[in-house]
Amino acid sequence: MSSADAFELIGVDAGPVAGDPILRSIDLVVPANGVTVLAGPSGAGKSTLLRLLNRLDDPVAGEVRWRGRALTDWAPTELRRQVAMVFQRAPLFPGTVFDNLRVAVADIDDSQAGHVLEHVGLNADLLDREATTLSGGEAQRMCVARALLTDPAVLLADEPTAALDGSARTTVEDLGRMLADSGVAVIWVSHDTDQLRRLADHVIVLADGAVRAVGHLDDLDASNDRIVRQSVGAP
Amino acid sequence: MTTSTAMFAVEQGDIGVVGLAASGILVAVAVAISLWRQLGLERSLLWASLRALVQLLAVGWVLQFVVDPDDPLIFSMLWIVAMVSFAAHTTARRAADVPRVLPLSLIAYTASAIVVLGVLFGFGIYDLEGRTLVPLAGMVIGNSLAATVLVSRQLLIAATEQREVIEGRLALGLSATEAFRPHLRQALRTALVPQIESTKAVGIVFLPGAMVGLILAGVDPADAVRVQVSVMYLVLGSVATTTAVMSLGISRELFTPAQQLRRPARRSND
Repeated sequence: MSSADAFELIGVDAGPVAGDPILRSIDLVVPANGVTVLAGPSGAGKSTLLRLLNRLDDPVAGEVRWRGRALTDWAPTELRRQVAMVFQRAPLFPGTVFDNLRVAVADIDDSQAGHVLEHVGLNADLLDREATTLSGGEAQRMCVARALLTDPAVLLADEPTAALDGSARTTVEDLGRMLADSGVAVIWVSHDTDQLRRLADHVIVLADGAVRAVGHLDDLDASNDRIVRQSVGAP
Repeated sequence: MTTSTAMFAVEQGDIGVVGLAASGILVAVAVAISLWRQLGLERSLLWASLRALVQLLAVGWVLQFVVDPDDPLIFSMLWIVAMVSFAAHTTARRAADVPRVLPLSLIAYTASAIVVLGVLFGFGIYDLEGRTLVPLAGMVIGNSLAATVLVSRQLLIAATEQREVIEGRLALGLSATEAFRPHLRQALRTALVPQIESTKAVGIVFLPGAMVGLILAGVDPADAVRVQVSVMYLVLGSVATTTAVMSLGISRELFTPAQQLRRPARRSND
């Protein structure tokens, strides 16, 4: 994936309340290769920024571009199949795991469904299980599998391990790393500095609705800014 | 009609003023029970009974002019416009948080009235005159009201409480219509199933008011049944049409053209 695949934010204000945006005047290039971690204190605007990248929300001012095109020029459904997303709390649809996968690709067959489950480290036997009976880690990995069915170029992950315990967290992290290594760019929101240090190829630190720092971990470790150092868990 | 009750009754079901007053004994029974069991509902019972009497007397008085065969149908049409407006206003009040609820419910009740009355009069099931038009339109609109409010609230609750699931579907590249379809289906089922259940139970569990009224008014029970069945089908058709139009309209309002689920004005977000 080249830098041409990066997201560009130009003069972006964004947030759910008109007149009181969370993000203000953001000019930023979000790399879309490897794992990019969005870090920063609570309320900094990390999830708000992530939701702009697949147009679950639009900015109230400014423009977001991907692959050189304004996101508003993409059909939202096409954009979202290329820029997939997983959430903090895995949204489970009614029915079995197979039924959940069919929401992404209606005509999927058993062997394709089994294959994508194995790709995310789940047993294909789970296909007939009611989705609501999965453990937290299994549910999140199933959601990643579901998202991968649309063959995305980018996976947005909004604190995907925040609701998981230790071992489940590790498996989902490993999955993120594996996807990035296989060519799916991952943009990952995290509060967890240990996780950030394990995962990040690039880091963007947001604070108080503004970009505080962008770069590789080594650069940010050397920062004099206390918030940046805290946000990346600098030694 | 037996001799003992005949003192209150005359031909063609006119119970007369004395009969009406005597039926008030039943309100007194309800009030007595309230007093006896200390329910504290006496004032409500009396107020509701009195209010119903006054409202119906007023409606009956106005209806005399509307249903007179010599009057042009325009008066009946105006009456229906008033009913649609009142129903839409009531829906808007009872489902106030639903976006654009007033224009949507105006459209829904109007569409339902056109479809259902179109069938009833288009196929010549009833003669088109004020005497039939106004009461039938009243049945269409009145019976749809509760279901329309219910479906409106259900859709709004789904859009709020099931937000993560809906956005989960949107994030997979589904259109807003596809992403919301399961919730729309559930809300419509919730609104229609009680209607279907009561339609199934009719004649076994209870005798519907229209039929009872006709029989009491001296109409042959077989004729009364035919009228009642057509009224039940009218109710089913109108509830289905109104709720379908309303829910499709609300679904469109809940999403932006960019297939985004709108949110209430305030929301905490990181």
